[in-house]
Amino acid sequence: MAATTTSDKVKWGLLDAIVVVFALVPVLWIVSLSFKTTPTLTDGNFIPRDWTWDNYKLIFQTDQFVRALINSIGIALISTLIAVLLGTMAAYAISRLDFPGKKALVGVSLLIAMFPQVSLVSPLFNIERNTGLFDTWPGLILPYITFALPLAIYTLSAFFKQIPWDLEKAAKMDGASQGEAFRKVIAPLAAPGVFTTAILVFIFCWNDFLFAISLTSTERSRTVPVALSFFTGASQFEDPTGAISAAAVVITIPIILFVLFFQRRIVAGLTSGAVKG
Amino acid sequence: MSVQEKVRIPAQRTPKKKVALSEGKKQERKLGWLLCAPAAIVMVAVTAYPIIYSVWLSLQRYDLKFPEDREFIGLTNYVTVLSNNYWWTAFGVTALITVISVTVELILGMGLALIMHKTLVGRGLVRTSALIPYGIVTVVAAFSWRYAWTPGTGYLANLVSPDGAPLTERASALAIIIFAEIWKTTPFMALLLMAGLALVPDDLLKAASMDGASWWQRFTKVMLPVMKPAILVALLFRTLDAFRIFDNIYVLSAGANETSSVSMIAYNNLMKGLNLGIGSTMSVLIFLTVAIIAFIFVKLFGTAAPGSDDGERR
Repeated sequence: MAATTTSDKVKWGLLDAIVVVFALVPVLWIVSLSFKTTPTLTDGNFIPRDWTWDNYKLIFQTDQFVRALINSIGIALISTLIAVLLGTMAAYAISRLDFPGKKALVGVSLLIAMFPQVSLVSPLFNIERNTGLFDTWPGLILPYITFALPLAIYTLSAFFKQIPWDLEKAAKMDGASQGEAFRKVIAPLAAPGVFTTAILVFIFCWNDFLFAISLTSTERSRTVPVALSFFTGASQFEDPTGAISAAAVVITIPIILFVLFFQRRIVAGLTSGAVKG
Repeated sequence: MSVQEKVRIPAQRTPKKKVALSEGKKQERKLGWLLCAPAAIVMVAVTAYPIIYSVWLSLQRYDLKFPEDREFIGLTNYVTVLSNNYWWTAFGVTALITVISVTVELILGMGLALIMHKTLVGRGLVRTSALIPYGIVTVVAAFSWRYAWTPGTGYLANLVSPDGAPLTERASALAIIIFAEIWKTTPFMALLLMAGLALVPDDLLKAASMDGASWWQRFTKVMLPVMKPAILVALLFRTLDAFRIFDNIYVLSAGANETSSVSMIAYNNLMKGLNLGIGSTMSVLIFLTVAIIAFIFVKLFGTAAPGSDDGERR
């Protein structure tokens, strides 16, 4: 019996190892490139022969990257905040209240989750040019909120359906006011779901490329994924590989942190919406 | 729209309620609408209005380089696009990428889901690693693959084809694009499938096992039927998502050598050609294609489609 367990463990361990290597190699490769010195950049070695921080120093000295980073953080945070707020309201109504039109709302969110974003690029480009939203933060925040809302509503309704709402009544019977019951009983129970949703929505906004490249034209609102694709290097003849890699690593850091610290929550968030729906 | 109009719909279904909607019930409805209104308004305003506007633009000759030539030309743009080889090549490329990547992802995703669900060791580690491709910015991953396949710079290019430039040839470039797509989205597929896997009752598997069912029989006869809804949701979402492919192609091949997807040429038409009329026509055509795919999925699989029973709870 003990023998099978050990061999089973080895078998699973091996499978685990394949998954881990498969998932990590591209990330390690871009990290490796970002630490290579200019002469060794094209040697094709997986591990740098010469290590340097120069690429990072370089990008943080350029307006191009620093502005883009500020834009990325600002736009993603504001979009997340608004999408989660609106999503929480809608999800609360969907999971707790009975009203006609509920199904329609769920249907609309589903349609938008499947909507081809490129179909909006041409019309939004023209609308935003005419209204002055083109190349501004709100010009990106609006489509981000729209496409994040279905995700937020689905995930949050799934979480909210698991909350034992009767506790609220119980607290009120014990003499708590409506406000207190919500603050002390419901809010702490709902917070993890709201937080998880915020992470998922943030990842979505942080990731976007299509809207960002179509609806911006200058450093005023260009986000990092777009700025990356415009990097040219210090001079025209210099290869931007090192700079691009360093910038790529910088915008991967938040994702790695989320995944490391909130793995359980993210998995729960992504799987709950799918089954319950 | 007045409140009364909306109230009538359910009232007809259940005539009993028609007479007396209690004050509390009315309050509940009002609150429900109030809470949902902001989300609904934003979603509809940012999608429905532009898509209608896009239909309107697609019926015009509208080139931003020659704005004074703007005029209504009916379906001419549709004829132009649909009789154009570029469009059909891009359409074929998109369909190819979608079919291959989603098929491979389903198989790999099922494997990954089983590993994440069942592994005896290092479950947290596997799940954490699997989330990295899901979370990483697509453009970042695409650059990593691009440099890996750039001759001289990349470990893969030097290893696999020492004297070629794989990203500059059509077949190999497409293969790399598909591979990058699979790497990025298999974990998402796996997570959706894992949700379905969690619904398979252990007792059922044990019983089947005692009756002498092989692993394969248990998988196909017990697990797959239970997982069917989850599989369909995963397939639907991934198919439509793959059809929108843009980031990977933009970074990996920039659409050179006929590797453009429909999203790529719609974008190019707008940004490089500055032709709003043709760009909008493509937008509408892509929208219609996606709608048809979604419709087929829902028709084929009926109530198993996501959202179909969500509203009825509670």
